[in-house]
Amino acid sequence: MAGAGRYNAPGSAEVAGFLVLEDVAKSFGAVRAVDGVSLGVEKGEFFSLLGPSGCGKTTLLRMIAGFERPDRGRVLLDGVDITALPPNQRKVNTVFQSYALFPHMTVRENIAFGLKMAKRPRPEIEREVERMLALVQMEDQAEKHPDQLSGGQKQRVAVARALINKPQVLLLDEPLAALDLKLRQRMLLELDLIHDEVGITFLYVTHDQGEAMSLSDRLAVMNRGLVDQIGTPAQVYEAPQSSFVAAFIGDTNFFEGQVVELVNGDYSRIAIEGFEPVLSFNDTAKQPGMPVFLSVRPEKIRISSERPELGGRHNVVAAKVEDVVYLGTHTRFWVRSGTHRLAVFQQQGRFLLDEKPIRWGDDVWISWHADDGFMLERYSEADGTLVDLPPQRIGEERPEAEPPDGEGD
Amino acid sequence: MGNAPRRRAEWLLTAPSLLWLAILVLLPTVIVFAIALKPADPFGGVGAGWTLDTLRSLGRPSYLVIAWRTIYLSLLATACCLALATPMSYYMARAPRRWQRRLLLLVVVPFWTCFLVRVFAWKVLLHPDGALKHTLAALGLIPGSATLLYTPGAVLLVMVYTSLPFAVLPIYAAAEKFDFKLLEAARDLGATSLKAFRAVFLPGIGRGVASAALLVFIPSLGSYIIPDIVGGPSEEMIGNVIAQRVFTDRNLPHAGALSALLTLAVLAPMLAALLLRRRDAASGKGTGL
Repeated sequence: MAGAGRYNAPGSAEVAGFLVLEDVAKSFGAVRAVDGVSLGVEKGEFFSLLGPSGCGKTTLLRMIAGFERPDRGRVLLDGVDITALPPNQRKVNTVFQSYALFPHMTVRENIAFGLKMAKRPRPEIEREVERMLALVQMEDQAEKHPDQLSGGQKQRVAVARALINKPQVLLLDEPLAALDLKLRQRMLLELDLIHDEVGITFLYVTHDQGEAMSLSDRLAVMNRGLVDQIGTPAQVYEAPQSSFVAAFIGDTNFFEGQVVELVNGDYSRIAIEGFEPVLSFNDTAKQPGMPVFLSVRPEKIRISSERPELGGRHNVVAAKVEDVVYLGTHTRFWVRSGTHRLAVFQQQGRFLLDEKPIRWGDDVWISWHADDGFMLERYSEADGTLVDLPPQRIGEERPEAEPPDGEGD
Repeated sequence: MGNAPRRRAEWLLTAPSLLWLAILVLLPTVIVFAIALKPADPFGGVGAGWTLDTLRSLGRPSYLVIAWRTIYLSLLATACCLALATPMSYYMARAPRRWQRRLLLLVVVPFWTCFLVRVFAWKVLLHPDGALKHTLAALGLIPGSATLLYTPGAVLLVMVYTSLPFAVLPIYAAAEKFDFKLLEAARDLGATSLKAFRAVFLPGIGRGVASAALLVFIPSLGSYIIPDIVGGPSEEMIGNVIAQRVFTDRNLPHAGALSALLTLAVLAPMLAALLLRRRDAASGKGTGL
């Protein structure tokens, strides 16, 4: 596992980078949309702001674009304070969620708009538009109007229109949200190619963890107007700092316990109600007696009918299967052990016809390595509801952790 | 369902309204045109036979002056209404929902009072001894001897005042459907607010503006009460002359000829709008009205 310093602490005083936000905050009436965010994006980086609806990511983007003025804090681009600049004077362009293509203009006119506003000479505009049309493969659609285009084509025009001004940062506001799943996956790869091709810094806002994980060099996970964690997709997934990050990105199991003893420095034994003391990697210097919250990803947990013979660094717990969902590539189990309900994913290995699969009601053993349990620095009860557990009876209400949609945009 | 029975059903359904239009619009128009080709009789009626004399008399310089004034004042009133209604509609459409409804109500409120009464109210306001005149003079904005009533300015003012709602309503309807994200996109791409307004907002509400222009210009051409009440003898418009020919001169053919002229003048902009719309539809532009 990675050692110390593997993630940026949120709100750290010193932020460096090409695009820098310094303690930026914005309220709408009594609602604190962004509540003091500091982060730095490197030049050429594909950086994502990931979070549920209403977490403030879109407001943050709008402050970088210049559509909102922060109540507090500064926005710096390439070392220059742009906090007070109007949108038309920032070397930043936006791909809007609804694309916002001008309906009375053709594709060509839409793409040319930025250079026309900059009063560039005609031949240059024509040449650049051709280049952009080629980049997004829309040469043969150039004379069409936006209402004659498909969703994916509109998206490409929106990207071309925003890129033609050669912005220092391209802002993308949930650009794939309006597309269906197949097209979304295609456009995802196209965006990645475009990023490689133009080499411009991309700042990508999304609520979809899949998009953020697959595209980003680094990402910031936002929750309730704050950045919870900044890191590479792997860091954020493998080493979540808060229960929110652990639960929002992927699935996980939470355990509440108390440190009982330290085991040769790096590890701790933790008392969890209903389990024998559990061994876990301890990188947060938790001392005996301190309460801890443990996150264990379902795919890190092994499930077997026989008690596995494993080394001392493994935790083995007896459990009973409550639900089995076969998903082809993997099987999803929900098992009960005492008062705990756990999710366990088992990757499908070689399929043997005579194998006796684990079924509903079976007594099983679950096990995970001490390194796969992750101590959270911050835990909130509410985040437990983000964890996707199956209902225990028909019609059971699932507590809604976040409003389903709409960030007031 | 076959095409023929369906077409018959369509005809049956539209027949009543076609009949209505034929009897109450087309027929009177034809009669008016016909009267214009008849000689006048000395008793205020229409004589026998046909003549082109009346139509020829329309070329009189005095008529040309009045026709020009009618068109000029109507165009000016239309321009003023559009210039006022466009920013009004912009701000109304951007206001919070609750306020939009209230503001819309304020636009419509004048209709609760009779048109004639509203025009008369202006006569009182603009009167040499009226409150408005005295206030402006006291503020030193106009000399005490200035006349407000019975001037071309008064006619224009009241025309704009009475027509403004007809400009605001269609433009607001278009602005309310306008996607204001487009203005942000334009700003984002380097346009100043004014440029974004001109290059994106105005084309976006173009159809509303066109409707507003027709709704103001056409009734303005037929203005009769306003120049009669707040205008002097040199602010006469074609509507006043027609009324004079009917009620004072008792010369129906003359009135008919002038009315025919007015009808044609009204049809011209409508026809132009129709052709423009056809062309737009053919080139696949816009979303239709």
